[in-house]
Amino acid sequence: METKLLTQHYDKPEYQSLKGYQKLGGYEALKKAFSMKPQDIITEVKNAGLRGRGGAGFSTGMKWSFLPNNNEPRYLLCNADEGEPGTFKDRVMMERAPHQLIEGMIISAFAINSKKSYIYIRGEYMAPIKIVEKAIREVYDAGLLGKNILGSGFDHDMDVYRGAGAYIVGEETGLISSLEGKKGQPKLKPPFPAVQGYLKKPTIVNNVETLATVPWIITNGASEYKKYGTEKSPGTKLFSVSGNINKPGVYEVPLGIPFKDFLQNECGGMKPGYELKALIPGGSSCPVLTRDEALKSTMDYECMSQLGSMLGSGGVIIIDDKQCMVDLLNILMNFYHHESCGQCTPCREGTGWMNKITTSLLTKNGKLEDISLLHKIASHMLGTTICALSDAAAMPVMSFVTKFRDEFEYYAKEKRSKVKGDVHYAQAHH
Amino acid sequence: MSLTLPPESKSYIQKELKRYETKESALIPALFEAQKVFGLITPEVIDLLSKEMDIPTSRVNEVFEFYTMFNKSKVGKYHIQVCTNISCSMVGAREYMQALCEKLNVKPCEVTADGKFSVSTAECLGSCGTAPMAEVTSRDADEYHENLKINEIDKFLGKFK
Repeated sequence: METKLLTQHYDKPEYQSLKGYQKLGGYEALKKAFSMKPQDIITEVKNAGLRGRGGAGFSTGMKWSFLPNNNEPRYLLCNADEGEPGTFKDRVMMERAPHQLIEGMIISAFAINSKKSYIYIRGEYMAPIKIVEKAIREVYDAGLLGKNILGSGFDHDMDVYRGAGAYIVGEETGLISSLEGKKGQPKLKPPFPAVQGYLKKPTIVNNVETLATVPWIITNGASEYKKYGTEKSPGTKLFSVSGNINKPGVYEVPLGIPFKDFLQNECGGMKPGYELKALIPGGSSCPVLTRDEALKSTMDYECMSQLGSMLGSGGVIIIDDKQCMVDLLNILMNFYHHESCGQCTPCREGTGWMNKITTSLLTKNGKLEDISLLHKIASHMLGTTICALSDAAAMPVMSFVTKFRDEFEYYAKEKRSKVKGDVHYAQAHH
Repeated sequence: MSLTLPPESKSYIQKELKRYETKESALIPALFEAQKVFGLITPEVIDLLSKEMDIPTSRVNEVFEFYTMFNKSKVGKYHIQVCTNISCSMVGAREYMQALCEKLNVKPCEVTADGKFSVSTAECLGSCGTAPMAEVTSRDADEYHENLKINEIDKFLGKFK
């Protein structure tokens, strides 16, 4: 059932403006935060059990506490380079409630004693960029950013940075490279950004949704937040849902709700004539679930992990019975091959090889042994590179060919799709 | 004749050079500006930016090459990019792409004879719930068009003058 902690006012156009946001209680959390000790804010967020909403699901309070305990300048970066296929919640959040994000960022910056933050927004998101830039100007005019905010003695400056099209920049060290004016290539860890990040200074990179959740936690407290969700996945989460369902869109629900209910209630069920065949629960990098696995799953970090998948970014991709799994995997391989930054050999070569193999199946040149080869290449791409893109490309391959092996074998043997027959899709053109 | 930047672009770039902690961060904004002015980033444009920003051409070039939003080949006045990633393709984005190409009588990545349109596919643009969709870029605008339908292609193309 929808539980709108963050999205309660998203249907009100005035919520986009500072005045409208303040009228509905906005920036009260900031006032409260300034009456608290920074360390207590970090503790509150840690106690709330808030987990990073960008995909990794790492404890936010814990991430903040990795910063060195000194007066060295540090940066707060908001990762709004939303690019995981199937994910569009950050876009909705920035468009409907830019001040929720900005307020969350000022509170977070105060907690970690950062005087400068950037919101790195993907270049294609022109509409959100304009909205967020306008909101930041309003906030400066109202004295909520700049010197001595609300008489707290705390100074903070915030700016927007526009990306220029690269999935890999959504990886936090790739984002840092890009903001530094370089190719958006990830950096070797350790050192982690909290120790050595943007311009080699301590840096925290948090997702839009993560930061936008902070004001609610400060206003209502960690114990109230933990009343929602499950023990290990507290709170609510925004899910972006796509596919042949009746009501695609973004829905905020408590973590842990059964997928079956979510599909029926929020998503309005499958479109007439379509049956559920498979589910990618959290963006294209997450291993695919079969219909049976999906129908017994609950939407939280631990259940998805038990099923061998991930909750990821909450990009729920619903696959119906009219889809050919060989074709869908080829789409994903096109994507990962195109987006590999090229630094690490297993990823640069592996994504290309896997893309070639899925394409050869679709162009009737596939062989039965290609299926095992796909799995073998993918297995050598796990954990062998600087960042997780290699794993993100390998995991869909391994799950697709294992769980839907019959469709791959059929294509290799019969030179046609088990589902779509003689409808063959050519490669994408960029 | 050698290329020159209009005064407003020069002052914009100078402002961006001071906006961020490092001047290299101004490369992306400067490349967007140059693309707006010249349409296509050629080696001459890279040289020009390098001189204007006092950043080596190799650095300008690597940023230009890395990011997909900087056009590597000629595009039309309106460049239509149809997302064909997984969610969009499941609801007919490729069929839409094909219909659009047929309507404009171009292949993907080609420019129409009158120079008005070019069409290409794109990777996930974060509009998966409102698919099929396309991002249309021109000198003055960069907009999303969502819930596209094949039987409304004329209406869609009619929006661009």
